[in-house]
Amino acid sequence: MPANRFNGFTDYGIGIGLRSPHYNHILTRKPVVDWFEIISENFMIDGGRPLHVLDQILEQYRVVQHGVSMYFGSAHRTDREHLKRLKDLVKRTKTPWLSDHLCWGSVDGRYTHDLLPMPYTFEAAAKTAQKIRDVRDYLEVPIAVENVSSYAEFHVSEMTEWEFLNEVVECADCGILLDVNNIYVSSQNHSFNPFDYINSVPPERVAQIHIAGHSKYEKYILDTHDHPVIDPVWKLYDRAIQRVGHTATLLEWDDSIPTFREVHNEALKANRFLAKSVLARAV
Amino acid sequence: MNLLTLQRTMAKAVMHPLTHSEHMSKRTPTGEPMAEHAATFIKPNDRLSSFERLEIYNRQYWWRLMSSLAEDFPGLQAILGNRRFEALCKAYLVARPSRSFTLRNLGRDLEAWQRKNPQWAGSKQPIALDMVRLEWADIEAFDGAAEEPIKPADITKSAGENLRLRLQPYVRLLKFHYPVDALVLEIKKFNDDTEFLSNAFRERRKRKRVSAVAKLKPKTIFLAVHRIDYSVYFRRLQAPEYHLLLALQKGETLGRAVTDTFSKRSKTLKADLAQVTNWFQNWSNLGWFCVLTKNPEPNLKRR
Repeated sequence: MPANRFNGFTDYGIGIGLRSPHYNHILTRKPVVDWFEIISENFMIDGGRPLHVLDQILEQYRVVQHGVSMYFGSAHRTDREHLKRLKDLVKRTKTPWLSDHLCWGSVDGRYTHDLLPMPYTFEAAAKTAQKIRDVRDYLEVPIAVENVSSYAEFHVSEMTEWEFLNEVVECADCGILLDVNNIYVSSQNHSFNPFDYINSVPPERVAQIHIAGHSKYEKYILDTHDHPVIDPVWKLYDRAIQRVGHTATLLEWDDSIPTFREVHNEALKANRFLAKSVLARAV
Repeated sequence: MNLLTLQRTMAKAVMHPLTHSEHMSKRTPTGEPMAEHAATFIKPNDRLSSFERLEIYNRQYWWRLMSSLAEDFPGLQAILGNRRFEALCKAYLVARPSRSFTLRNLGRDLEAWQRKNPQWAGSKQPIALDMVRLEWADIEAFDGAAEEPIKPADITKSAGENLRLRLQPYVRLLKFHYPVDALVLEIKKFNDDTEFLSNAFRERRKRKRVSAVAKLKPKTIFLAVHRIDYSVYFRRLQAPEYHLLLALQKGETLGRAVTDTFSKRSKTLKADLAQVTNWFQNWSNLGWFCVLTKNPEPNLKRR
């Protein structure tokens, strides 16, 4: 679904991540880009160049915030300093929605700075949903939770990952940032059919889609965001678009970052599938 | 196992230091076989054991945090050498795991911890501490808050004994026992110059840099770490400049700061005042002053 209450009723197209190696190109060449996604934590600071660049970007482009350390699934409550800084940034960017991951990464005040997988239990779902509601009430902006890629599963899990995702978003009444690359990576690491995942997601809750590349090792795949999108991931994206419709799509490329043009061209490949979706609806 | 227990169990394993060969330790902190421990909460699959699945996260944690510290403290790494730097960082992260949502703050406690644990830097402790202080000040100056600077003319108009000037939040004033700023600048230049060069060339330049470290002799310097147009600069100060600025930063009135700074000097008053005027002109042109208040009452103590 394009515009819905989880993406602030916006109709964004294809975007790319705002990354420092591209700052100069963007500010001097002013390329046509539908929107940029920023990593909130990079701008939750007091001043200096990053905020100066952000303000210049905001004058010319639409920006959406994506976080990496909210840790909705952590057993402990969210750090108040974090929330305050995040709210200041939300007011600055006027982001139409805010996303972060369905994961945990801190406990007892210590941070791993990683996106650690959740145990898929009803206890975890309930606590995570409550946290999402609390954060949404404080920030006063729609929230979308992203499915992460994972390399471990827990004995205590009571359901599949997609059942867990559905349980959380229903209880929290929040949106989904559907990362089709993460679904692919996890499906290979945990031997499930990725289309089962895609086919179970409630389409009306999908606010945004992520696509990305990854790295293949002998016994597992690592979500590295440093390669082009491979065909199996495009196939998942195609299926996702068939189910949810023309939806804000973001290419993540966070390491070994090539030129702006290369990243943007890779992102624009999504148009093949978005165009099919528009045609299918017209017929 | 409930959610909190599972998270505590996994976090403890993830944060446990790697072996010298950068693999997960075979033993838990309490001496239990790690493979058995991992199997109690992580499922194996057809390709990886529970241990191997947990190891992915354990290695990612250490590689991510160690590379973050290496990026923030290249000068310290140059002084200590790679092996000693890694050992110091590992000990620091075990003692002071990250307590902030952002990696930007990972090195926040490094100076304090290093002072209490001098054994990790060994004989290099004095210069290593200087370097840590400078590199942390660089980080703080880069993204510190800034307020509207006041114009030089406004200072001149309002000049008076009871004037209180406030420094920009991003300005850092430091005294060092070694000229570590020169090394940091050499390292930054090295990284800029060699970004696209071959490994062999980088290694030769790196050896030159290391020998430059070895030649650094003790020399007291005073430095302001500040920024111009969003880039961080180091500005060497004369001792009275430093003391005067420090007094202002602490909230002293202009009159008191000048009196305290020059009371011990032997130069004539006229020359002193001319120099102070020149300094203020430079500092205000740099945009270092941001608040102007006239308050005859001392405001240094908390009520």
